[in-house]
Amino acid sequence: MDFVRDNLPYILAGISVGGQYALIAIGYTMVYGILRLINFAHGDMFMIAGLMAVYAVTWMPLYVAIPFIIVLTVLLGFGIERVAYKPLRSAPRMSVMISAIGVSYLLQNAALYITGGLTKTYPNIPFLADTITVFGATTKVVTVVTPFLTIGLVILLVILINNTKIGMAMRAVSRDFETSRLMGIKIDSVISMTFIIGSFLAAIGSILYFTNYTGVMPTAGAMPGLKAFVAAVFGGIGSIPGAVIGAFIIGICENIIKGLGWTTFSDAFTFALLIVILIVKPTGLFGEKNIDKV
Amino acid sequence: MSKENVLRVSDVTMQFGGVVAVNNFSMEVNKGEIVGLIGPNGAGKTTAFNCITGVYAPTNGQIEFNGEVIVSNHPHGKMKQMYKGENMGKYNKIIAPTPDKITKKGIARTFQNIRLFSSLSVFDNVLIAKHLHAKQNVFTATFRLNRKEEKRMREETMALLKEQGLDKFKDDVASSLPYGLQRRLEIARALATNPKLLLLDEPAAGMNPQESDELMGFIGEIRDKYDLSIFLIEHHMQLVMGICERIYVLDYGIKIAEGNPEQIQNNPRVIEAYLGVDE
Amino acid sequence: MSKQKKWLLSCIAIAAFLAIVYVLEATIPKSSQWSMLFTVLEKGSIYALVAVSMNLVNGFTGLFSLGQAGFMLIGAYAYAIFTIPVEQRAAVYQYFDGGLVQFTLPVIVSILIAGLVAAAFAFLIGLPVLRLKSDYLAIATLGFAEIIRAIFQWNTLGPITNGSNLLRKFYTYDSALYPIIACGICIAIIVLLINSSYGRAFKAIREDEIAAEAMGINLFKHKQMSFVISSFFAGVGGALLAMFQTTIQASAFKAAMTYEFLLIVVIGGMGSVTGSVIASYLFIACREWWLRFLDAETYIGDFKVPLLRAGFRNVVFAVIIMIIVLFYRKGIMGTNEFSWDALIRWFKNLPKNIKSIPGRIKNIPNKFKRKSKKEAQINE
Repeated sequence: MDFVRDNLPYILAGISVGGQYALIAIGYTMVYGILRLINFAHGDMFMIAGLMAVYAVTWMPLYVAIPFIIVLTVLLGFGIERVAYKPLRSAPRMSVMISAIGVSYLLQNAALYITGGLTKTYPNIPFLADTITVFGATTKVVTVVTPFLTIGLVILLVILINNTKIGMAMRAVSRDFETSRLMGIKIDSVISMTFIIGSFLAAIGSILYFTNYTGVMPTAGAMPGLKAFVAAVFGGIGSIPGAVIGAFIIGICENIIKGLGWTTFSDAFTFALLIVILIVKPTGLFGEKNIDKV
Repeated sequence: MSKENVLRVSDVTMQFGGVVAVNNFSMEVNKGEIVGLIGPNGAGKTTAFNCITGVYAPTNGQIEFNGEVIVSNHPHGKMKQMYKGENMGKYNKIIAPTPDKITKKGIARTFQNIRLFSSLSVFDNVLIAKHLHAKQNVFTATFRLNRKEEKRMREETMALLKEQGLDKFKDDVASSLPYGLQRRLEIARALATNPKLLLLDEPAAGMNPQESDELMGFIGEIRDKYDLSIFLIEHHMQLVMGICERIYVLDYGIKIAEGNPEQIQNNPRVIEAYLGVDE
Repeated sequence: MSKQKKWLLSCIAIAAFLAIVYVLEATIPKSSQWSMLFTVLEKGSIYALVAVSMNLVNGFTGLFSLGQAGFMLIGAYAYAIFTIPVEQRAAVYQYFDGGLVQFTLPVIVSILIAGLVAAAFAFLIGLPVLRLKSDYLAIATLGFAEIIRAIFQWNTLGPITNGSNLLRKFYTYDSALYPIIACGICIAIIVLLINSSYGRAFKAIREDEIAAEAMGINLFKHKQMSFVISSFFAGVGGALLAMFQTTIQASAFKAAMTYEFLLIVVIGGMGSVTGSVIASYLFIACREWWLRFLDAETYIGDFKVPLLRAGFRNVVFAVIIMIIVLFYRKGIMGTNEFSWDALIRWFKNLPKNIKSIPGRIKNIPNKFKRKSKKEAQINE
């Protein structure tokens, strides 16, 4: 019990961070499932959503600002897909990935320009930022809310994918891009929908994440983004439950490592885990195997 | 009359998960022979090829080349329980080389859907195949310490292109060649590895009758000129019957017939496999 | 033109270039804004070397590797650790009792060691990751670069790496000719490799792995070779970058740095050494010099030019890069290389091309029209 009591704050923080990674990881995994693209700009979208909140609250009350930034992030995600990825639909995969890196570079530089390179204080969202005591450990409400909210959203998403027409189209496209096109599925709208869902979840993830960390920097998106991607790979890229489970595992492990006093290695650990997974089971926990035909 | 044996495939079974693509397949190719492998679509012909060339390690069975065992495997690990084929326990070694090792030993191949180095020149396509037998290492090659070797490779490539009638296209990008010439280039490239045995995967696919007639003559020619044995998969019956000395027939992964063209043409099981049975 | 003539021309051009740099360095004072020219030449050369090394793996061998910053870090540290003068070590390693290494090696030896250590790391990393496919390879190499960065910042290794503190006071060069010549030699070696039998094998792997393997090319061995050699030169590049910057810190070698090199390679053209070199100089010149004015608040009379302030340069720059990535996907050179013949041809055709510009501009709207019609047809 001692171990648990000593480490409870870290485990709680881990579950919370895990939930936030999960919300980002879904965006990665869905886009990869459909376009076979590592959307390197996704982490930066998450950062931009954070910055938008910083600026939005100076103009409008919080209850307007939150839906506003969610809509804006969704529009941004949609726009990025249309401008930077759609023209490259028939190009080799590497070109699209490079375009994604370019977008990431652009978003980071734009954020640097707007903020002047300073860390911006994230607005204090009442309720979420309140402190609360769980099993004798003091933490913010957001820590407790995150896992439940995440799981709730994921259930909704799974229902959407399994039971609606657009969900069926998404599943079809992720199976076979070309055949789905031939079957009359409007590829572009399916892809847009994927980006919309991904951005929506990233926006919510960003609210939860930055409430915990108080500051937004132009580079704040890079690391959580990469980690969420690792979570997606860990769970088996293309699989939504996989991404969520992977994200929780990574969040918890990372915080336990911090708790042990190895903070320098908390990031490195994530990547070490990734490499081990890629070597031992490249398809991740729930991924499917595909064989190249000769 | 005993002929020198070049390739001997014994009891090869290839199982993907629960699907048996090739089942207990045995065959041989003797020196100087042209042997055909036919069968309906999805019969496992290309899979058999891929087992011989090292793309897949067969689940069970053994392959010998010039008397040396080059591939050998038996069901192990997870496959032990799943294995549906025969002759389990007959082979106990695991030899599963990568395709380049097999090519080095003297088996070259072409592909069903042409796989050229499409954005490189015709000359480079063939020159690359000379890389494997070159006496050099990365240091001597980079610092041009062995110019003779490079010169030899280039001369041999040029000679080969001339022999194949491709010399006037040598600076063209491979993908810009007409289809028939691309096939020919692929064969030239395979010949550049100095093979003893040449495997051709549907060499006449997509050719018109005239082109495939030419190909028939061409295959015989290269066999004599380069002292080769040839093993080919083909759908084009006229071609197979015209040049192959012996033919194997696969259906659903199982060998249903073997023999000379005449025997195959009159074999009821082959006719059944191709045309179906009259009810 | 005959081969010997071209050789002679190349030698003359190189000698002339070096002589000009030498003369300029002697005449332009450090305070003049033209001294930016040397920043561009020095940093541009170093970037060119790293970009070419990245192109060797990504453009010529077709492996999507994103580990370059990690290998540069290793090179930079290896170089710095072996060249800090012994009497300065106490000051540099102030938190670690002067550090563990108490000797210095000659500069050239240290640069070579920088490359070799990076190559050795690449060899070990390559064993597991080079078996992975395209984007998995990218993310795994990126991950390794991050792990390397964490290890070098680890306090326990402080006596060697100085933990997360700066390394400084190591030997640096005093003339722009130094990095130019060093990088020139390295790039020349890479070019020789690319044009050798091994370079052709790399290209074969890029074109079609399965066919390459069927032609007797050992995929793993050749991928490993390309990866290790590329990392060697990235390590040398890191050492030279350390000399340029005069101080180094592990935290600077982030994934963003690798992305910069990747973008340079793309702008120059995947699979073109010439392209990578030109793009490197352009990249550095734009970022450090030509676009500087965008960062300065400017007034025309009383009118303040909008948008211009610190950071705007990088936004514009990023937009330019996106335009290149989206609309000029082949980059400056495509897969072509510099040759005297092509240069002469280009100059001969220049008047014709200039004349045709108005016509081409007129044609632009038509291009869009046709495209949208085609798209409409497809969508129907």
